[in-house]
Amino acid sequence: MSSMTPTSTITTSTMFTYEFMQNAFAAAGIVAAVSGLVGFFLVLRSQTFAGHALSHVGFAGATGAVLLGISPLWGLVALTLLAGIFMGLLGERLHQRDVAIGIVLAMSLGLGLLFLHFFTAYASQATTLLFGNILGVDAETVWILLLLALAAVTALAIIARPLLFASLQPELAEAKGVSLRLMSVLFLAVVALAVAQCAQIVGVLLVFALMVGPAAAAQRLTTKFWHGIVLSVALALGEAWLGLMLAYVTDWPTSFWITSLSGCVYLAAVVAASLPTAAREAASPALLN
Amino acid sequence: MSAVELTGVSLGFGARTVLANIDLAIRDSEFVGVLGPNGSGKTTLMRAILGLLTPRSGTIRVLGQEVARGNSAVGYMPQTRSALDSLRLSGWDFVASGANGHRWGLPLLHSQARREVHWALDMVHASDLARRPLAETSGGERQRLLLAQALLGRPKLLLLDEPLISLDPHHQRTVVELTRTLQQQLGIAVLFTAHEINPLLGALDRVLYLGSGQAALGAVEEVITGPVLSRLYGSEIDVVRVNGRIFVMSGGYDVEHDAHQHDHNEHHVHV
Repeated sequence: MSSMTPTSTITTSTMFTYEFMQNAFAAAGIVAAVSGLVGFFLVLRSQTFAGHALSHVGFAGATGAVLLGISPLWGLVALTLLAGIFMGLLGERLHQRDVAIGIVLAMSLGLGLLFLHFFTAYASQATTLLFGNILGVDAETVWILLLLALAAVTALAIIARPLLFASLQPELAEAKGVSLRLMSVLFLAVVALAVAQCAQIVGVLLVFALMVGPAAAAQRLTTKFWHGIVLSVALALGEAWLGLMLAYVTDWPTSFWITSLSGCVYLAAVVAASLPTAAREAASPALLN
Repeated sequence: MSAVELTGVSLGFGARTVLANIDLAIRDSEFVGVLGPNGSGKTTLMRAILGLLTPRSGTIRVLGQEVARGNSAVGYMPQTRSALDSLRLSGWDFVASGANGHRWGLPLLHSQARREVHWALDMVHASDLARRPLAETSGGERQRLLLAQALLGRPKLLLLDEPLISLDPHHQRTVVELTRTLQQQLGIAVLFTAHEINPLLGALDRVLYLGSGQAALGAVEEVITGPVLSRLYGSEIDVVRVNGRIFVMSGGYDVEHDAHQHDHNEHHVHV
């Protein structure tokens, strides 16, 4: 450790001369931006657990794809999309069904494990899929991630307005002609796309860190919709890129750094948000009520 | 022209019939309190007027037209949800989400739409409190924001579903008086559901009482009587008037107050 400190400034300056680092930065940037955007709505709709479950379903898809000789990314995308649409169709019936979602989630991981068992040559992929391996992303994958990101962001931009309305005031939105089920299906399809990308960076187990952490922190720090969106994306980008740099310097896993940063930022946001409110309550108790 | 006109309307879901063969007409600028025991069809009636529930039989006309979902001339304030208690979004953004919220695209507001949101917030005196996050508003303040949202699009008919639920008597009075003022200023029709008649006395023009699949519409002294309510409740009801307040009693129980308490508890259990 002590020998690393004086050389760390030199190593970060040479960081971008490596192609794998260029790819890693591009991939992390693309995925973090999408995660920050999609995650904002996920947190607003209190559907974070659904996002978590989708990523686990993706594990079975990725390992199944490996077994069939297809790229795990496509298996991940296909199965999360299917599962997302299915969950959206179930809609309200899935609300508060933590047990059912949890069991499907565990089953998916188990199924993924079975697929890996059949294809032992790829056993090392388990760690990659579960915990991510951003430094292993090649240029072709960056392009695929970019296309998936464009698809997800475009879809989100088209549905954003009725989605926000339906998230905040479902009964009123329904009365005004918004189909709650269509919103639910389309949004969870977008979430599925984002989750599949996110899993490339931090792995299926740690998707929460990029999808939920920055968005939840942003919603603590600002009460304005657009400020929240921008802040959520900025935090996700910051955490992903800073995590990469720290991983480069320390040689510790990138996913460790990203999840740690995400956790610290959320904690700081909770503390920061509670301070002024507490002060205000103490100053003028009569105003609140 | 009537604000709402029901002709031979039956409403229900599954095997259950909630309202059977109802005929009634709400005038175009009157304040009507909608009362009745739990499950008597107050919310079901509103959903039918909004076009969210197709009648089993009969026709519903709203503001002279065939009932249709998404009618911009109909404003609606659903019952408040527990999810709003923890919402960190500002009241302004919450209300504004309802401005043309059904259209595709990004939730950006044109200056015209922004003016509309400002107008609606001004109408309920909520421009200042709209800066605060929803999580930091009281029950009464939140009802004003919901009311502002219902006013977007300048409706001719306003449907308010239980705006008094879980409010203390002082805030109940504020909401009723505000609704009455809005109704008269804008010259619109208001259907206002409640569990108890007393907070609405003095503000409403007529009362619509539902029960046992039937409906009675008329002035308070015509509808809130022993014989009419006995028919609607399907049991012997006494109406007692004390100091300008009305108590609907069944064998010594205050049924309206009891129903309110019951729902109140239920509301909190679900939170």
